[in-house]
Amino acid sequence: MDLSFSPEERAFRDEVRAFLASSLPDELRAKVRGEGRLTKADMDRWHAILNEKGWLAQNWPKEFGGAAWSPVQRHIFEEEAARADAPRIVPFGLSMLAPVLQKFGSKAQQDHYLPRILSGEDWWCQGYSEPGAGSDLASLKTRAVRDGDHYVVNGQKTWTTLGQHANRIFCLVRTDSTVKQQEGISFLLIDMDTPGIEVRPIILLDGSPEVNEVWFTDVRVPVENLVGEENKGWTYAKYLLTHERTNIAGVGSSQAGLEAVKRMARTQMQGGKPLAQNPHFAARLAQVEIDLMAMATTNLRIISAAAAGQAPGVESSMLKVKGTIIRQEINDLARRAAGPYAMPFPSEAVEGANEAPIGPDGTGPVAAQYFNNRKLSIFGGSNEIQRGIIAKVKLGGGQ
Amino acid sequence: MNFDLTEERRMLQDTLRRFLKDRYATATRNAILDSDAGFSADIWTDLADLGVIGALFAEDRGGFGGAGFDIAVVFEELGRAGVVEPFLETAILGGGLVAALGSDDQQALVADVIAGGLHLAFAHGEPNSRYDLNRVETTARVDGDGVVLTGAKAVVMNAEAAGWLIVSARESGDAGDEAGISLFLVPADATGLSLRGYPVISGGRAAEIKLDGVRLQASARLGAAGAGFDAICTAVARANVALAAEALGAMETATALTRDYLMTRKQFGRPIGSFQALQHRFADLLIELEQARSAVINAAGHLEAGAKERDRQIAAARNLIGRAGRLVAEEAIQMHGGIAMTQEYELAHIAKRIVMTDHRFGDTDWHLERFIDLSAA
Repeated sequence: MDLSFSPEERAFRDEVRAFLASSLPDELRAKVRGEGRLTKADMDRWHAILNEKGWLAQNWPKEFGGAAWSPVQRHIFEEEAARADAPRIVPFGLSMLAPVLQKFGSKAQQDHYLPRILSGEDWWCQGYSEPGAGSDLASLKTRAVRDGDHYVVNGQKTWTTLGQHANRIFCLVRTDSTVKQQEGISFLLIDMDTPGIEVRPIILLDGSPEVNEVWFTDVRVPVENLVGEENKGWTYAKYLLTHERTNIAGVGSSQAGLEAVKRMARTQMQGGKPLAQNPHFAARLAQVEIDLMAMATTNLRIISAAAAGQAPGVESSMLKVKGTIIRQEINDLARRAAGPYAMPFPSEAVEGANEAPIGPDGTGPVAAQYFNNRKLSIFGGSNEIQRGIIAKVKLGGGQ
Repeated sequence: MNFDLTEERRMLQDTLRRFLKDRYATATRNAILDSDAGFSADIWTDLADLGVIGALFAEDRGGFGGAGFDIAVVFEELGRAGVVEPFLETAILGGGLVAALGSDDQQALVADVIAGGLHLAFAHGEPNSRYDLNRVETTARVDGDGVVLTGAKAVVMNAEAAGWLIVSARESGDAGDEAGISLFLVPADATGLSLRGYPVISGGRAAEIKLDGVRLQASARLGAAGAGFDAICTAVARANVALAAEALGAMETATALTRDYLMTRKQFGRPIGSFQALQHRFADLLIELEQARSAVINAAGHLEAGAKERDRQIAAARNLIGRAGRLVAEEAIQMHGGIAMTQEYELAHIAKRIVMTDHRFGDTDWHLERFIDLSAA
């Protein structure tokens, strides 16, 4: 048992810290802290900075131009980046689609798409969920019918995160409805400029235009855009989901969030004393910090096992459930800490105009973040689905 | 023991529920939320005509109610429909303070409020006061035959729409003293008064207020000099009953929407409400909802009691509603899934009303501490 990082890992952490200190632009840091909303240009800018350093495609093998970091290195970067208030790396092309193409895509697909992901030329979004297929993803109904050299796609996808920025979408489509649900699904790459595609924004409860509906009407997709084999899409999708879950615990975000709450609690006054000295608030804060300390170690235990070559099992479901509970609890504490100043919701605070914030430092976005982050326990396989997975594996059989 | 509403209150409840069902559909409310004013002047006057404002005032002030259960009945219905019109600010807080303290001349404002022709705002909270009612740093300095107000007020709901603001200011003592706080009627167009308005996340608008040497006649004082604190506590006690009842109504709607969704949404070939994991959680919401209803009854039933027992019951209700409300709001969203994350779906607004109740006149923990203090003494 040794709880500390190795000398090499510590050296790597120092290198990451130094890089973040010198290369993360202040405007981006301020926006991540909640003083504005990141634009597409902001996200592209951060990607370009990381790409130049060779740190963008952290999980890609070297043969594809990736950094081929170990799970521990990736963890260190994620933790340091969150602490430094760096933008999250947009995962759709880099860490969701790319591993699928690298494992199942054709040489032509790899050669064409992977460099365009690195350069930022392509922005991918994910066409998985449908109005009738959320937790029960395999029941998806968007159809792709073969017609000569094309598939003709009809249907509707939803909850397509940042689809408004995307020029490409990877989709799960039904290519056979006569077999078991999971066996009639294919994985298609679609150009968003193809006639018949319409993107409609969905405004979330905090006012953010983060997700979209994507409608397909007789959209013609060349057959060479099929990934792997027809009707094997579910296998690829499951492979992709294991990648989606690598940073599922969000330990770095939670640590950054906890620090922000502590900063606020030191300056917000209640009964003539800083809120940090209020016994009830201090107890709540301590409780979630204790949970987070254990979660950080749980996360590292699982990462170490993965580094040693063990495939993650129910552990990633456990990280998702507990990690999101902790993140949401921190959002709740931030909301409480802001007091009455959690209420103002000026549009300029989220749009990044030049007006001074309404309340004390850090209080502006807390309520919006609290409501927005209710999504954490819903998306990427809801916490109910994760608990079902844990129970099924450990108890066998029933739901 | 009798937990039935009186005939008059039942009629008020029916009328209000029917009106809001017809006139305050989700789409209407979402349009109101997006509007510049932040509330609907038409809905306001129609509800005034129905007597909804009058129900919040006693007969000797021109109303026909004003007791704890009148407030609870009205605000539970407003909460069920997610109403954002400023009944709390204009009628309970502003109107309540003028009715309690006003001279005969000042009482004329109450009649205007009841008729629906005047809005008020209660400018009490300050940048450093958080939820502490006694922490007033704004000063009132007697100057000749007038008074000069200087200071800042924070997150003042309905300030921009108000014709008059009821402003608290200190005439003596230190920032945390209960004695020495006076109340003043300040016209919206007073020189030296400036507002910075903004929308509030759960609907309506508020403002940061600067009082830069606002000069008033001594007759602008509401009640006796330096003796405003008890009246503030009474007005806030009534506001807390209203807020608790409003949250209760919103919790009823959240629970009803969740029930409908559990029965109709199908995944894995069956309604999601047929999964026991969700059934038990839904059952817990119903249990908490009944606890919340009882907490509101306790608070409303003690609103006319002595200040100490009144405040202890109210602290209990706000603490319980804070806990139960958060559970109901979060679980309702979670059991719905993605659809509840969208702004246009009714639950989004209802959940915000419930959760953001926790940011007015004390959050769950603040009321817990208050309950402990009032129980010990």
